[in-house]
Amino acid sequence: MNLKKFASLAALGTIVLAACAAPPAAAPAQPAQPAQPAQPTEPAKKFAGITVNAITFSGPQIAEPMQRRGKEFSEMTGATINVVTVPFADLYQKILNDFATGTNSFDVIVFAPQWMGDYIEPGYLEDLTDRVKADPDIQWEDIGLFFRDFSATYNGRIYTIPLDGDFQMVYYRTDIAKELGLQPPKTWDDYIAFAKAVSEKKLTTDDGKPVYGSCIAKKKAAQSYWMVTSVASAFIQSQGTGQGAFFDLETFKPLYNNEAFARALEIYKETTQYGPPDEINLDVGDTRGLWTAGQCALTIDWGDIGTLAIEEGSKAKDKTGAVILPGSKQVLDRKTGKLVDCTPELCPHAIDGVNHAPFAAFGGWSGAINKASKPEVKDAAFAYLSYMNQPAQSNVDVTIGKTGFNPYRISQFKNLDNWIKAGMSEQAAKDYLGAIEASLNSPNMVLDLRIPQNQYYQGIVLDGAIAKFLAGEQDIAATMKEIEDGWEQKTEELGRDKQLAVYKATLGVQK
Amino acid sequence: MATITSSASLPATRVRASLGERIAPAAFLLPAVLVVLFVSIFPLILSLFLSLSRLRFEAGGLQVQFVALDNYRKLLFGSEQKVLFGTIATPSPIGWVVLGIVAFLMLASVYRAIREAQPGRAIVGRAIAAIVLIGLTYLIAASLLSPEGRPGTLVVTMLYVAVGITLQYLIGLGLALLCAQQLPGRRFFRVVFLLPMMITPVGVGYLFRMLADTNKGPLEPLWVALGMQDFAWSNNAWGARIAVMIGDIWQWTPFMFIVLLAAIEGQEVEPVEAAIVDGASNWDIFRHITLPAILPVSTTLILIRMIEAFKIIDLPNILTNGGPGTATETLTLYAYRIWRALDIGGSAAIAYLLLFLVTFFATLYVRTLRGRVSTA
Repeated sequence: MNLKKFASLAALGTIVLAACAAPPAAAPAQPAQPAQPAQPTEPAKKFAGITVNAITFSGPQIAEPMQRRGKEFSEMTGATINVVTVPFADLYQKILNDFATGTNSFDVIVFAPQWMGDYIEPGYLEDLTDRVKADPDIQWEDIGLFFRDFSATYNGRIYTIPLDGDFQMVYYRTDIAKELGLQPPKTWDDYIAFAKAVSEKKLTTDDGKPVYGSCIAKKKAAQSYWMVTSVASAFIQSQGTGQGAFFDLETFKPLYNNEAFARALEIYKETTQYGPPDEINLDVGDTRGLWTAGQCALTIDWGDIGTLAIEEGSKAKDKTGAVILPGSKQVLDRKTGKLVDCTPELCPHAIDGVNHAPFAAFGGWSGAINKASKPEVKDAAFAYLSYMNQPAQSNVDVTIGKTGFNPYRISQFKNLDNWIKAGMSEQAAKDYLGAIEASLNSPNMVLDLRIPQNQYYQGIVLDGAIAKFLAGEQDIAATMKEIEDGWEQKTEELGRDKQLAVYKATLGVQK
Repeated sequence: MATITSSASLPATRVRASLGERIAPAAFLLPAVLVVLFVSIFPLILSLFLSLSRLRFEAGGLQVQFVALDNYRKLLFGSEQKVLFGTIATPSPIGWVVLGIVAFLMLASVYRAIREAQPGRAIVGRAIAAIVLIGLTYLIAASLLSPEGRPGTLVVTMLYVAVGITLQYLIGLGLALLCAQQLPGRRFFRVVFLLPMMITPVGVGYLFRMLADTNKGPLEPLWVALGMQDFAWSNNAWGARIAVMIGDIWQWTPFMFIVLLAAIEGQEVEPVEAAIVDGASNWDIFRHITLPAILPVSTTLILIRMIEAFKIIDLPNILTNGGPGTATETLTLYAYRIWRALDIGGSAAIAYLLLFLVTFFATLYVRTLRGRVSTA
């Protein structure tokens, strides 16, 4: 999910690709087949004369398929779709301002489900539950359970239509693993060992550039806080999604000042030794560029690497393997704050004694509808979101790197044809989809923080403390204390009970 | 206006005229005053109010909670204190020396004001200036000039301003003196030197980001040739700060250059010619004729740049996002980051702090120079 790369390019998102080290998103090998318009069950030009204003971030990811599908939708229904884009860093704020001031310039917002709490609590978003139930074309049951339950749902009601599946995985170079006789990492200790082994070998690419053991986007105010959470989750959450990985469910104390998080910080910092020299100034755009240049043996990323690796000019084509985020044999005992060995009671979901907690970082771009829009506009807006989400369209879009859409439908994992058509080898497709499926099927998936002002908790407090830690400005104890104090202060400001209630609501599984 | 025909109508006319005269200036000024009110005073007052409150989004819109000085408390004494002031530790010997010199000069100026029996207002003004300056110098000595200390956003901002403006002025002056001579291709150079100023700061940020990319950028071969491939400027606090300063200097030197060039070319020719006839050296001409001639322009120029430079954000934001750690973070960048995370009150409080800081420095600068420039 390519957006995050630009979370870093805060001030603007327009010339981003040129500035990033990422290779310009090449066109897919074959132009995507225009999807067969869904069999019109309604009379044509149903929405003639209606204008739907949509907002998302200035991609090209996400915005590109929205515009492209918007044109198709217009031809089919007569509705006009305007897609407004703003830099990612300003998106959260811009939408919130627009709603809160009653300007209501947007009917559709395509945003991170992480912000749902901030938008739903004040009552800005339309409840879509009934519309989804009444729409057979959307094939709701085909959408991964996790995305249905968590990304799209809040307090048991559906508010968003998923357009993208997001969680983090570890990618490794299959050729290097073979060459050095290494297994794909199962635990974070394995990850370190793998990175170290590659680093010591001092491998180079064909054009003589060094190959680094591990490349992780650690730049300040970019994606670093997601990366560190990806490492930490396996140590903190072991009882299933409902346990949550950020706060204690009783006291609402942050789970960031204990032996488990300390261990995660150690690992996170150690990977820096095996990374590029300027790793702490790299964002996802840079690490993806390094990956496709063949300069990394390991990386943590969203689903994008899989599709970027098969694009033209990639040196990692057919050498990119993916696995579920590594786990840990030791997890946090929340009563004592100690790191203890896994037991069947403590880690009921462990595989071979290893507790995996795949992290649904960011949550995947989803579309929602403004409650204040006119009823006929809401109808058109829902039809538009539904059209983008339907298998005929999305199954193609998720195989194209530049869309930024990653798979989220079960049929997208089961059916390899579209992936092979897009240029993946069968093995690579199986590998990639297998890792996604394993993550999605995990009952211990970690949901990203969705409480109000999570931007402040994560993007300012956590991110700032981690940046200082990586730069050697402070040690582990001071880092953990800073995070805990900062989070506690924000919680006090916003009201502990209120925040806890929302936190529980976001974790509530509706089966 | 009625023409005056008889002495009897004189007084009446005079009264009418003077009423008109009294109202006219006010009437003509009113639109301008209103515009200023709307455009600058009103936002100032509103942001002051914002800096005293906390915003929350609740059902039905925006809830503004008045928290009095809490945002300022957080900044100066609370959780954000470390961000603003950095890590305070014992200054190094150099730090103590610098602090001693500044303290001595400031106390001496206050003492002199008292001895010369200046009006009370002037003495109080000097005393306040002395306290603030000694405080800021202590902050610099205890963070930037201390082995264990670490500068916060305040000191980093002042560092960019001081180093940036000094170098920009000196380089700009050097280039202006060169271009004021009868060189071949003068015009070409003038245009070339002006180019950086024409580029939007964000563009300059990306330009330097690519240039400074020692892994894939154009300077990579040079970097490798120097055996620096394992060194990354962005991991090093000073490396990152210097990268930001280089970009800033590159961007703003042209501004200094163009204004100084105009000033140099605008000076009177006769004294210079007379000096040449008298056999004065180039240095003498510069020192005694050119420099005094461009001094008034220079002071204004530096003042404008100083006010502008305090607000630096684009370059550190794009190059490093304020990293590594907090090494390159400026006040404005920090304010922008927390504003994005909806801490609008905290952000406004930082903006106000910056306003006080800039006003203080600008006032101090103008007062210090007022006497000297006119007598130079």
